[in-house]
Amino acid sequence: MNLFEIDGVTKKYGSRTVLDVPQLKLQTDQIYAVMGPNGSGKTTLMRLLNLLDTPDTGHIKFIGEDLNEPGRRLEVARRMCMVFQRPFMFRSSVFNNVAYGLKLRKERGAECDRKVKEVLNFVGMSSFANQLATRLSGGETQRVALARALVLRPKLLLLDEPTANLDPSSVKHIEEIIRNWHQQYNTSVIIVTHNLFQAKRLADESILLINGKVIEKAKTADIFNAPQTVESKQFLDGTMVY
Amino acid sequence: MGTFSTLLLQKTEIFEIVKMSLMVSGSATIISAFIGIPLGAWIGLSDFTGRKLLLRIVYTLMALPPVLAGLLVFLLLSRSGPFGIWELLFTPAAMIIAQCLLVTPIITGLVAAAIAGKEGIIFDHALSLGASRSQAMWTIIKETRSSMIAAVLTGFGRAFAEVGAVMLVGGNIRHMTRVLTTSIVLETRQGNFEMGIALGIILLIISFTVSSIVLSNADEFKLT
Repeated sequence: MNLFEIDGVTKKYGSRTVLDVPQLKLQTDQIYAVMGPNGSGKTTLMRLLNLLDTPDTGHIKFIGEDLNEPGRRLEVARRMCMVFQRPFMFRSSVFNNVAYGLKLRKERGAECDRKVKEVLNFVGMSSFANQLATRLSGGETQRVALARALVLRPKLLLLDEPTANLDPSSVKHIEEIIRNWHQQYNTSVIIVTHNLFQAKRLADESILLINGKVIEKAKTADIFNAPQTVESKQFLDGTMVY
Repeated sequence: MGTFSTLLLQKTEIFEIVKMSLMVSGSATIISAFIGIPLGAWIGLSDFTGRKLLLRIVYTLMALPPVLAGLLVFLLLSRSGPFGIWELLFTPAAMIIAQCLLVTPIITGLVAAAIAGKEGIIFDHALSLGASRSQAMWTIIKETRSSMIAAVLTGFGRAFAEVGAVMLVGGNIRHMTRVLTTSIVLETRQGNFEMGIALGIILLIISFTVSSIVLSNADEFKLT
């Protein structure tokens, strides 16, 4: 089943075109890694997919539904969730941060508590439930941000460089959470990463973006073993100057 | 020792002055908060033509000289002024109006700046977690509550320590419109410097107490 169908999408900031994707299809139940140099349009793509921005031209369909369709924004947006590179923690306890999305959906009481406890346990943050979320370390914050997204059981998890600036042990922990959750619940994942090894470890397929264009999309093993374009080869070799 | 005994002798009048100060500045702050917080939130959250100009006007008014605010209110409320018929000049009501003119831009400007500074990141997070636009805006307001408390306290501080405007429109009338700051001016003019300093200390103690009470109820400011 198609997770996303992107057709003729462009996005400009001022006069500069930051994203230009004529055609792109992503499948459900997969982990995709989006790679590319700084300013290649990765975050812009994530923002468009998460309905935080609208494309200047073209259409994006999410599981068959056009994201441009008026009046459907909230319903469609609630089926996906994004974890940002620098997650913002609400000025409250870890528990309340994780319960935030559920409360927006009018879920309260014992069922809400059960879901929050379950997901905090999943990310290994149960003992932090009553702590102030704004006082956590980088790795802990990222785990709470993941829990805050996972508790909503989204069809799609968008991760914008979730392990940037984290130490290796935190990176390992976050990757385990993503992999385990994906295996357990078949949640589709799109992860933006600068870490090529992370893409290799996690992703079924990888997408390489350069200057706002999709240069290559293929199985991760294929893209690393036999890149099809000069730019892909240069980027993966580390010889691309940008 | 002399000053202390004078303070004790005049304690009824000093209580009256303190009460008047708190009533005037407190009322002005509350009214200004009711106007300034929603106005600042609206400016901080909206994106409309003229927003930058409006912000510049607000920021300019944050530095409005108290004497000028007092003069403006004086002219409006004087017998020949458009609102002279209400006979508010040299009453506490006139002092509250003058202080509102000073405090409202401060609260508005600080709230707008606080919200505009965090609006993008909180908005994105809230929307991404499934908030509607109105739910996201409410989240922003909740998340900037400590800045709002700080804005209101700053406004109260400005009102409580202000002398020019209340002197002009209140007239420093004994038992009627005399407040701590105007009393300090009076005592200084009469050469009672020790009394002036004693009243100044009372003003600072009250200001500290009010801040402490407000901040002790705000989690963000609790001492750890």
